[in-house]
Amino acid sequence: MTTLAELIIVAVILLNLSLAASGSLATCIRLAAAQGVIAALLPLLAGHGVPSGTIVFCCAVILLKGAIFPWLLTRARVKANVSRDAEPVIGYPASIILCLGAFAASSWLGTRLPLPETARVAWIVPASLSTIFTGFLLLTTRGKAITQVLGYLVIENGIYIFGLALFVEQPLMVEMAILLDVFVAVFVMGITIFHISREFDHIDTAELSQLGDWYPKQSGGEK
Amino acid sequence: MLLAVVSAGILVFSAALSLSLGRDPQKASAAGAAGAVIAAIIGLIPTVKILLYPAIETISFPCSLPTGSFTLVLDPLSAIFLLPVFILTAAAALYGLDYLKPMAGKKPLGTAWAMFNLLSAAMVLVLLSADAVPFLMGWETMAAASFALVVLEHEKPQVRKAGLIYLVAGGSGALFLLFMFSLLASPSGSVAFSSFLRPTGALASAVFICAVLGFGLKAGFIPLHIWLPEAHPAAPSHVSAVMSGVMIKMGIYGLLRVLVILGAPKEWWGWLLIVIGAVSAVAGVLFALAQHDLKRLLAWSSIENVGIITMGIGLGVLGQARSIPSLAALGYGGALLHVINHAFFKGLLFMSAGSVLHAAGTAELEALGGLLKKMPFTAFFFFFGSAAACALPPLNGFTGEFLIYLGAFNNIGPSSKAALPALIVITSLAATGALAVAAFAKAGGSVFLGEPRADSAEGPHDAGTMMKVAMAALAMLCAIIGLCSPFLIKPLAAAITPLAVSYPLLDAGVNMLYVSAGALTLIALILCVWALRSALSRGLPPVRGVTWDCGYAAPTARMQYGASAFTQPLTDFFQPLLRKARSYPAIAEYFPGTASFSTEARAVFYNHLYSPAGAQIKRLAFRYTWLQHGRLQFYILYIVIALIALLVWKL
Repeated sequence: MTTLAELIIVAVILLNLSLAASGSLATCIRLAAAQGVIAALLPLLAGHGVPSGTIVFCCAVILLKGAIFPWLLTRARVKANVSRDAEPVIGYPASIILCLGAFAASSWLGTRLPLPETARVAWIVPASLSTIFTGFLLLTTRGKAITQVLGYLVIENGIYIFGLALFVEQPLMVEMAILLDVFVAVFVMGITIFHISREFDHIDTAELSQLGDWYPKQSGGEK
Repeated sequence: MLLAVVSAGILVFSAALSLSLGRDPQKASAAGAAGAVIAAIIGLIPTVKILLYPAIETISFPCSLPTGSFTLVLDPLSAIFLLPVFILTAAAALYGLDYLKPMAGKKPLGTAWAMFNLLSAAMVLVLLSADAVPFLMGWETMAAASFALVVLEHEKPQVRKAGLIYLVAGGSGALFLLFMFSLLASPSGSVAFSSFLRPTGALASAVFICAVLGFGLKAGFIPLHIWLPEAHPAAPSHVSAVMSGVMIKMGIYGLLRVLVILGAPKEWWGWLLIVIGAVSAVAGVLFALAQHDLKRLLAWSSIENVGIITMGIGLGVLGQARSIPSLAALGYGGALLHVINHAFFKGLLFMSAGSVLHAAGTAELEALGGLLKKMPFTAFFFFFGSAAACALPPLNGFTGEFLIYLGAFNNIGPSSKAALPALIVITSLAATGALAVAAFAKAGGSVFLGEPRADSAEGPHDAGTMMKVAMAALAMLCAIIGLCSPFLIKPLAAAITPLAVSYPLLDAGVNMLYVSAGALTLIALILCVWALRSALSRGLPPVRGVTWDCGYAAPTARMQYGASAFTQPLTDFFQPLLRKARSYPAIAEYFPGTASFSTEARAVFYNHLYSPAGAQIKRLAFRYTWLQHGRLQFYILYIVIALIALLVWKL
């Protein structure tokens, strides 16, 4: 069973790389969803004698991440008339290199972190950390508001895996993460993106900076 | 001890009550003032008991605070400070009943009273705390409540500026205190005062410097005083009385408490305090001399008195460091006595200044005049308080300074180990005393003597009953302390025992007997002269004449000797320090036409020290504006970098 779990870990890491490399928004949404679903399978494989509560819990997570979130995001993408491109601030090769660097750093961190001896699956801690870093990478280098939400989702996947590595017996923290997830997805995307695109005809965050309390010099007048 | 805690509880309760009664200003005021008076009466019982029968009482509450414990200790040192806190807040509450009445309906009086009582409760908490956490809680509550009171009349731009300066000064002071407490707590890991290990060497000096900066910002050491001349005039007068009379003394208390914790002081600490004290006293009274606003003048005079207290503490520290028991005991004892005295006479002065402001609508010295005939009670109280502030016997202001003088004079002999600092203190005290007489002669003279100068001074009324009661109570205390100073020696000796051996102070009780005897003789002499005058003038009709007609045939009220004219010789002499903005008319013809003259007291330290420093910091900050560009992604990147740096640092 552990082998299967390790396969999933490898898949998660590969999905991170594909997220960093993918230029199409629709693909990004699907990749993040796939990552969420296979990560949700982990608790079913990691231990023996899975209690029925965990099965229900995993099914709920799979439903949320595999069906509801992708559907909401795709709907938002279509309704807000977003172009297909992810519009990264840095190029794709740079993104991939950063993602690989993040993975290397996570591997080093995984050996250095003083963790309890609960992690039975190899590479689970580096994989979770690199997923979190990939989420941050999406957050910081992609211009669209939807990719920001995607970034949060990927970070959440990472936190979920990290939580599994440590707290398999206490799913409370993991459930909390799911709550945060739902909050981000529904609140930020559902309300904010729709409103912004209705008011400004676009959801490019670079353009939205005009609304901030800091006015760049060219806008003149105010300091 | 328990009663002191109960009184703080009553203060908080009555604060909540007056806040909830905010709709009905009359009820809110009654609740606030009644709470303050009842709390004071209850709180005075344990305070006086501890002063008469010195002991250390402790109460520990089981509730645990984050990183601290709720331990309260009442010892004679706290009690010395609690005494004026309770008396002055009660008197100020009575005064405030009448003073705030015209503001009913215009200002949220419920909030004002709640903040007033919260301020008193916070001061009680600061004085009783034996743990850094409740101490800082009290300290911050005190700053917040007094800030709310300072900006009560926030529609005036000057008040808003004062509030801002006060807020910044309070915040930076608290920052130094946080740093100081963490330094003290670092060896033992606990923030209870009793568990602090006595630091040595550089650590002790670092703690002392933090204490001087943090507590000095509250006490108003020059050049940390800039909030004081702004905030005191801005606050309602009874609040100014409390702020100036007791709140700034919390800084003095904190400094003394830290000196107790630090134990054996270094010699240069004493020198530093003496220099700070001498500069604050002399510069404070000089700037008081130059002011044109009555309350601002009183605020500067508070800086002067804090300077006198600091000089006393400085002598005490020096005496401790060089093991001269008489210097240590008399320095600390004089400083503590002056703390009490200043609370009473400055409270009295701020209240009588408030009555003037209340009645005439302005505290501008050049616009007032001739109020003696219209407000005889207020005028009497003002002159009474002024005499005390000028350290004239037989009033209380003399007694504290006398102890400091005594300590210094005992140590100027050729064989003395502290002749130079003693001489510095003596000369500074003498100069301060002389200049204080000039400043208060200017203030009292231009407000109460002569003829009314402007229309606003035409129809004033004397203070309300409650205001008179409050002022009379404080004036009585000033006289009583002036006459009964020998009885205060024992409590003072108990209060200074953690700092210095107290027998030289007890020995000084004999000298205080002479002071009392001299005071009684002086009073008898005044009464004799008064009786002689009445006997001689019996049957003679009183003649009415113009005050100050200066040899003119038909003088008008505008030709009177003005406040700035009165002090011009002195302020001109000190112009390099005072930097007053002046414009004199140049008279070139034999028959000059209309001319105008103006002089303005300026905030020298603010303009020449803080303003340039602030501008420099702003310039530096603007250099890094490229960090704040409005791009969300990069803000997230900053967070990521900070998180990773923290993670890596902790590995």
